Amino acid sequence: MSLSYKKKDFVSDQDVRWCPGCGDYAILSAAQQVFAKLDIPKENFVVVSGIGCSSRFPYYVNTFGFHTIHGRAPAIASGVKIANPDLDVWVVTGDGDALSIGGNHIIHAARRNVNMTVLLFNNRIYGLTKGQYSPTSDPGTKTGSTPYGSLDTPFNPITLMLGAGAGFVARTVDTQIPHMKSVIEAAHAYQGFSFVEILQNCVIFADKVFEHITEKGIRDSRQVNLMHGEPLVYGNDLEKGLQFTADGLKIVAADQADTWDAQQRDAAKAYQICQSQENGEFPVPIGIFHSVERATLDAQVHAQIAETTEKLGKGSLTSLLQSGEIWNVGEK
Amino acid sequence: MTQTAQPTSLDEVVIRFAGDSGDGMQLVGNQFSNTSALAGNDLSTFPDYPAEIRAPVGTTFGVSGFQVRFASKKIHTPGDHCDVLVAMNPAAFKVHVEALKPGGILLVNTGNFDGKNLKKAGYETSPLEDMRYKEQFNLVEINLNTAVIHAVEGTGLSSKDALRSKNILALGMLYWVYSRSLEPTEQWLKEKFSKKPMVLEANLKALHAGVKIAENSELLQTQHTIAPAPLEAGAYKNLMGNAALSMGLVAGAELAELPLFLGSYPITPASDILHYLARYKNYGVVTFQAEDEIAAIAAAIGASFSGSLGVTATSGPGIALKSEAMGLAVMTELPLLVINVQRGGPSTGLPTKTEQADLLQALFGRHGECPVPVIAPYSSSDCFHAAIEAIKMAVQYMTPVILLSDASIANGAEPFLIPDLDSLEKFPAQKAKTEENFMPYRRDEKTLARPWAVPGTPGLEHRIGGLEKSDGSGDIDYSPKNHETMVGLRNDKVQRIANTYAPLAVYGEDQGDLLVVGWGSTYGAIRSAVRNAQSNGQSVSHVHLRNLWPLPLDLQDILKSFSKVLIPEMNSGQLLRILRSEYLIDAVGYSKIQGQPFATQEIYDHIQTIF
Repeated sequence: MSLSYKKKDFVSDQDVRWCPGCGDYAILSAAQQVFAKLDIPKENFVVVSGIGCSSRFPYYVNTFGFHTIHGRAPAIASGVKIANPDLDVWVVTGDGDALSIGGNHIIHAARRNVNMTVLLFNNRIYGLTKGQYSPTSDPGTKTGSTPYGSLDTPFNPITLMLGAGAGFVARTVDTQIPHMKSVIEAAHAYQGFSFVEILQNCVIFADKVFEHITEKGIRDSRQVNLMHGEPLVYGNDLEKGLQFTADGLKIVAADQADTWDAQQRDAAKAYQICQSQENGEFPVPIGIFHSVERATLDAQVHAQIAETTEKLGKGSLTSLLQSGEIWNVGEK
Repeated sequence: MTQTAQPTSLDEVVIRFAGDSGDGMQLVGNQFSNTSALAGNDLSTFPDYPAEIRAPVGTTFGVSGFQVRFASKKIHTPGDHCDVLVAMNPAAFKVHVEALKPGGILLVNTGNFDGKNLKKAGYETSPLEDMRYKEQFNLVEINLNTAVIHAVEGTGLSSKDALRSKNILALGMLYWVYSRSLEPTEQWLKEKFSKKPMVLEANLKALHAGVKIAENSELLQTQHTIAPAPLEAGAYKNLMGNAALSMGLVAGAELAELPLFLGSYPITPASDILHYLARYKNYGVVTFQAEDEIAAIAAAIGASFSGSLGVTATSGPGIALKSEAMGLAVMTELPLLVINVQRGGPSTGLPTKTEQADLLQALFGRHGECPVPVIAPYSSSDCFHAAIEAIKMAVQYMTPVILLSDASIANGAEPFLIPDLDSLEKFPAQKAKTEENFMPYRRDEKTLARPWAVPGTPGLEHRIGGLEKSDGSGDIDYSPKNHETMVGLRNDKVQRIANTYAPLAVYGEDQGDLLVVGWGSTYGAIRSAVRNAQSNGQSVSHVHLRNLWPLPLDLQDILKSFSKVLIPEMNSGQLLRILRSEYLIDAVGYSKIQGQPFATQEIYDHIQTIF
């Protein structure tokens, strides 16, 4: 059956209230286009978000949506999916929401492999509270709360998710629409917890924070796109490549580049490649770091219920009340 | 045989088992309770154990106690003082000996009254040498250690392993004294140790040795019987409050025709609810042990949003962590059940002891004006019915509901009258059906509940969240008047629940000198104390509040029909504060904040100070 949705079927009647020029607009549009292509009944989509600019997302998508509380979207989405596995569950979150206040929830949702697609809009700043540094801000970031520069070391969301055991880990960029759509589609196709970091520009509080890797003209030489089964090549003419050696990553000619394997259970190479410094000599990886199948928690929960019911028989009020040691008083 | 006398009949007996937290006191207490329940007695139990799983051996703070009261009459409490104290070591003796009635049986394991154990309990010399105890009590001195090693000879168990069965030997002795059948415990041991035949044999030998020792020695001279109690006719099972509550949740979800989802994080004394429900898989129950208390309620809210009945169970510290999420459930008007098995606070407080100090937290402990109905079961078996009532409220009024239990009824047991299936009325949850121009905040005229629109239903796609919304459409709306309207609507909706309550039952005359008002687990002690005062001819009545928010509509008239109102609570006067402010009455409180339930006598004595 083809549902032949158009993007407009996923546009709600609410006015979008992001700042003009915000990267969120492009992500919203890309997601709506992907939703229309998925051939899933619209009523089966549930989009859950936390708090922050990105978390206004559900209001603008004409599906079931739940704008919840700060950091808790992965936990609420886990309940939605485990209770009702037929639903197609999405989480939209930001760097503060997911990695600071909600850090505990996102790592456990990843570990458990609850089948959901998480889109983390990383703009390295708290936007809605007017510009404090976030857990992904570079050290030295000057904000209202760090007037002399931030001191703490940021998270790399990709290594965090690999460490937490996420089965699917990817990165894309708000201004690279075709790439973004293909990564979101791949994330959704993955059966389990899929995580997409979207480098997103906040025009007000952290404008151009990714410019040095995303600007047209330089991005081909500053990014390498990880595609499973494809060589690790980059550069304006795809003339350069990456090779894993005993001493670490090495820049080589394109024809000597290693082929990327996102499906290795051992995520060692994914860890290694995502360590490259944005201002160093190596390109910053985008694309799919890791895509390894494993059983989802939601499916296992219901399989265990089915198995136990098969073994013990379906419980009823009678069996509930009449189990265990019982004695009778009076006439019965 | 040293005696041939016929057993004498008693109305009731209170036994307290006390020993180290590794001595198996809870185990033998539960066995004695089950056996007595199966013998048809009414009973009430009070387990009292330390927070440490294995506190340092022999210390007073490591003492674990279990009190069981069993009777041939209807009883409401586990009893104040005990007729029998089993003290497995000097520390247990020290902690509990004051609770033994004069003339009571004081059964001590002399095997553990050695220098080391005496010193740990803070004794210079053995208290057993103190003539006071010999005169005051029926002191039964027995070396259970050597007795049990001797009893299990031939099973091949080492002495160290054999010593583990000394609790069972003591149980056997008391089974003889109170003419109990060995069969239920034998059966239980056979199931428990079906894969450890050597341990099974040792325990069976220890049990029988206990009976033989009691029968043949001159230690325990009299045998007693306790006739079955005149309980209401029907089938019974012996249930702890948390077990009854868990069954009530499963039953309530069945009656609402909803799948049950429990999101929970381990915490004493609520964890058993997670344990019980995790076993009910063949009832379709989903249990989710979350990463923290917040995720537990968050997942439950997500489950409710997607069409299940979301439940979360915790204790006070967990409630504190969940309060923001409760606000979300109030704002999004989703059904949800939040269970608080109260323990002593604040902070980690007294994790294994009972208290009623979270009432104000339940009523007001959220930011913003955030009304939530609150219901408190009054006994272990009432936990079953309260759970069903709470679910009905949550589903019919589309609201989170707080159920306030506490450690004493959660862990205490009593006979549970199994309800007739016909008496359990179904209340199928109504879910919105496909329609044009769906309005997620359109309200039911009678209940003010909004529709429950479950994802997967075509045409009902809508967005909800914590932001203030416009009534009807549910769209975000920050306009000043709208906020005031919505705060009012959320409050009115909860207040309307009071229209569904059964009339309050006043125990005693419906007007008079003194009304004692209680809530939660203090029911039994208050009821017994009031009954005793009434039998003196005193003009005292008792009214018990099961619904704490909204307050019952008929409460005001009842309060105003008495010259004085007394409110005993295991806190420093929380319901007192509510009733004084709501009804402008000069009620007085009576507090006990010791981590221990009220004794009947304490309340009775306090009533006497008012007359």
